Amino acid sequence: MTTLKEQIIIQEEFKNRMNEDELLNCMRCGFCLPSCPTYVESGFKETHSPRGRIALMKAVADGLIEPDEDVERSLDLCLGCRACEPVCPSGVKYGHLLEEARDIINQNKKHSLPVKAVRSLVFNGLFPHQNRMRAAAGLLGFYQRSGLQSAARKTGMLNWLPKNLTAMEKVLPQVPKLKEMKNRPSYLSADKPIKKAAFFTGCLMDTMFLETNNATIKLLQLAGCEIHIPQNQACCGALHGHSGEKQAAKNLAKRNIEAFEKLDADYIITNAGGCGAFLIDYGHLLKDDREWHERAVKFSQKLKDISEILYELEFHKKVNLELPGQILTYQDSCHLRNVMKTSAAPRTLLNSIKGIEFREMKDADRCCGSAGIYNIVESDMSMQILDHKMIQAKSADAAVIVTSNPGCLLQMKLGIEREGLSGNVKAVHIADILLEAAVHKET
Amino acid sequence: MVDVQIKEELIAVVGAENYDDSKAGRLVYSYDATPNFQSMPDAVISPRNTQEVSSILKICSNSGIPIVPRGSGTNLCAGTCPTEGGIVLLFKHMNKVIEIDKENLTVTVQPGVITLDMINQVEARGLFYPPDPSSMKISTIGGNINENSGGLRGLKYGVTRDYVMGLEAVLAGGDIIRTGGKLAKDVAGYDFTRLLVGSEGTLGIVTEATLKLIPLPESKKTMLALYQDLEQAAKSVSKIIADKIIPATLEFLDQPTLKAVEDFAQIGLPTDVQAVLLIEQDGPIEVVEKDMQNMAEICKKQGAVSVQLANSEMEAEALRTARRAALSALARLKPTTILEDATVPRSEIANMVKAINEISKKYGLSICTFGHAGDGNLHPTCPADARDKDEMKRVENAFEEIFIKAIELGGTITGEHGVGVMKAPYLELKLGQAGIDAMKAVKTALDPNNILNPGKIFAKDDRKRVVVAQ
Repeated sequence: MTTLKEQIIIQEEFKNRMNEDELLNCMRCGFCLPSCPTYVESGFKETHSPRGRIALMKAVADGLIEPDEDVERSLDLCLGCRACEPVCPSGVKYGHLLEEARDIINQNKKHSLPVKAVRSLVFNGLFPHQNRMRAAAGLLGFYQRSGLQSAARKTGMLNWLPKNLTAMEKVLPQVPKLKEMKNRPSYLSADKPIKKAAFFTGCLMDTMFLETNNATIKLLQLAGCEIHIPQNQACCGALHGHSGEKQAAKNLAKRNIEAFEKLDADYIITNAGGCGAFLIDYGHLLKDDREWHERAVKFSQKLKDISEILYELEFHKKVNLELPGQILTYQDSCHLRNVMKTSAAPRTLLNSIKGIEFREMKDADRCCGSAGIYNIVESDMSMQILDHKMIQAKSADAAVIVTSNPGCLLQMKLGIEREGLSGNVKAVHIADILLEAAVHKET
Repeated sequence: MVDVQIKEELIAVVGAENYDDSKAGRLVYSYDATPNFQSMPDAVISPRNTQEVSSILKICSNSGIPIVPRGSGTNLCAGTCPTEGGIVLLFKHMNKVIEIDKENLTVTVQPGVITLDMINQVEARGLFYPPDPSSMKISTIGGNINENSGGLRGLKYGVTRDYVMGLEAVLAGGDIIRTGGKLAKDVAGYDFTRLLVGSEGTLGIVTEATLKLIPLPESKKTMLALYQDLEQAAKSVSKIIADKIIPATLEFLDQPTLKAVEDFAQIGLPTDVQAVLLIEQDGPIEVVEKDMQNMAEICKKQGAVSVQLANSEMEAEALRTARRAALSALARLKPTTILEDATVPRSEIANMVKAINEISKKYGLSICTFGHAGDGNLHPTCPADARDKDEMKRVENAFEEIFIKAIELGGTITGEHGVGVMKAPYLELKLGQAGIDAMKAVKTALDPNNILNPGKIFAKDDRKRVVVAQ
C-alpha cells in the first residue's frame, strides 16, 4: 500500500524523471495490443496493455491521476517481455519507460519490513556476489544430494509451499558440486582460433546451469574461438533493473564493463537472453553518466548471443550436427527476440541438425510467463500464460522444447511437469542440444 | 460521477466485475488514437449480451447519462473519446463469430470481433471479406461499422458499408431493432442498415451484424512503382483507372513516409525516390498477369524510374504490412502526428497532391502524404508538437485549407476516418447548413435525450479543438 505522502513524491518524480518525448511518442494507435500477453490474458483490459500503461504513466506525470494502487497494479502485472516494442511503428521504447516508472515507485515507497528484508537480501546480499550465489546454489545442491529432498518430498513437507513453488522445486536442475562451480578457468584455447571471445557467464547460469555454460564454451571452441572468462565479472543487473533497483543495476554494469573492456575481445558472448538484453542496454542505463556512457556503448556493441555468434561463424556448416529422429520446437526468449533481435539464428542452427524435424509451435514468440521472478510474484497470471503456452507446445507434438534463457528453461520444465508430460517431453537450453548433436556425430 | 443508485442499477445488470469506475480503469478509456483528445468517462461497462445493452440504455436514457460505444479505440476522429463523460461501453465479451453461412455467403458476428480474426476465419473457408482498415489487426467489426471504415482494397471492393447486410441495434430508449438480413434484395421501408453504418454510435448501439462475403480471389500479385516526381505518380493513378483497369490496391507513399516506414519495417523500401505506388491486382491468374503488365507499362510511360514485382507472397505481405504501419511510423518523427483523410474524385488526385504540397510550403510545415490514391482518399499527415502553440495554429490553418481545396475539387472532408469531434467544425463545408439540419433532425428523432455519443459529428457553437478534462 502506498501512502498519500508517498504518492505525492512519486507523482513529483514522474514529472521530473519520466521522458516526456518518449511518452508523447506513443500515438495510441493500439498496434501493440495483440502482442501483449497480459492484455490478452486479462480478457482485453486496457489497463494491462502497453498503450494503457503508457497512458497511465503519462497521466501520472501530467498530474491527471495519482499513482494509486491500480496504477501500481497495472505496472506490476507487466511481464516486461517487450513484445510491444518490435510491433510499435513509432518505435516507443516501452522497456525504458517501464524501468524508470518501476524505479520511481520502488525507491519512494516504504516496503513492509519482511519485503524490505527479502529485497535487500536478494538484490544486495546475494546476486551481486558470485561466491554467495555459489554458496546458495551449494545449499540447494546439498538439499538435493543429502537425502533432504527425498525426505521433504516423502513427508509432504513441501505441501506447505504454494502449489507452483512445489512444482518448481521438482524441476530445478541438479546443482553441480561447489568445487565444480569454483573451478572455472579464465582462459580456454581453441585449435586454430579465428576470434577472441569473452564469455559472460551469468550468475545463475554459472551455478545452477553450469553444464550449459560448459556446453557453451565447447561450442565456441568448436566454432573457432579462444575464450576468456574474466573472473571479476558480476551479475548483469537485469533483475535489479526490472524490479526498480536501478542504482544497484548501474553499479553491477560498471563492474562488468571494467572486467571486460581490458580484454579487448572481438565479442562478448552470453547464453541467457534475459542477461543479454540488459547488457546490450548498458548504454541507456548509464546514459547520464559522462564517465561511463561511452564505455558502456562500446561494451554493448560487442555483445552477442551464443546462437547469433555460432550462426555468424558458420558453426552449423563447419560441424556436422546429428541427433536421433525426434521433433524439436523452439520457444523464443522474449528478450533475445524483442531486444537483442535474435530469432532466426537459433532456428537456423536447430534446422541444421540432421535426423530431427524442427516444428515451429504457434505463438513461439509469445512470453512463457517466466519473466525473471514474475512467475513467483505474479504466479496466477504466470501460470495462466504458461497453461496457454503448453497447449501450443503440445500441439507441436515435440519431444524437445528448446529455449535460450535459464528463466524460460525452468518455466518450460515447470509447464511439462504441470501437464504431466515428464518422461515424454523435455526442455533444454539450445547450447546443450547443439553440443549433444555435435558430439553425437563424433561418436 | 455516476449517481450511487444508478451505479447499483447498472451493476445489477452487468455484474460488479463488468463495471469499473476506478481512476486507472477510466483513464485508459479516456482516449483513442486521435492526438490531443482526452477526457475521462465516469464509468466503463462491459455488457455480455444484447439484453444487457438494452437495460443499460434504458437506465442511461432515463437519467441522461452519455454512452460512448468503443471497440479497440483505434479511430482517428476522436469518435470514441468520451468528451462529455458518461459511460464507455466495451464489447470485449461480445466478440464471437456467430455463424459463417456458406449457402448465403454471409458471416454473422458480434461487434467485439477483431476484424482480422474474422477475416482469417472466413478466408480459411475460401471466402473473402474485403474491407481491410490498416488497424484491422486490432480494430473491431463494431468499430468498423460505426466508422464505416475503408482500407487498402476500397478501390475495387468498396468499404465496410458495402458489406453490411443486416444489423441488430439497440436504440436510445433500449428498444432492440433488426435491419436488413441475408437478403440480396430488401426494400421494406427506409434503409436503416445504411443509416446506422458510419453513424459513429450516435443513432444506436450495434450489437450484431450480418456481413456479405464473396469468393476468395484465386490469385494475387503485388508490385511497387518508383517515381522521382510526385505528380507523375499521381497521374499514373488516374491513367490506370482511365485505362479501365481497377486494381485491388493502388496506394501512394511519398518519400518522408517511405523513410519513416522503412525505419520501422526494415524491409528494404526504396527511400531514395520521391514517391512509390503500391499496386495489387487479384482474380484469375491470366487477368491478374495481364493487368499487372499493362499497369507497369502505364507507370513507366508516366515516368516511373522502376517497376518491381514482389517475388513472393511473403514479400508482398511485408509491403502491405509496411503500408499499414505508415501513420504510426510517421509518429516517430515528432511528438504529435496530425492526420487527415480528405478525399477527392480519383481523377483529381494529381491536383490534390499538388495543392497539399503548396499548402504545406505556405504554412512552413512538412506534410507527409500517403494513402489510398486509387480511390482518391489521401492521408496528408503533419508531424508536429502539440506543445508548440504557433505550430499547431499553422497546422490547423493548413488543414482547413486542404479541406476547402478538397471540397472545391468535388471531394469531401473525410473519406473513411469519420467526423467525430475532430472534423465536426468542418462538416458544414461539405453538407451546407440545410444538410446539417436534416442530419440533426434524424439524430433528434432517434435520440431525443442526446445520450448516444453526444458531441460527435455536429460541432458545438463554441468550437474548441482540444479537450482535456478530468
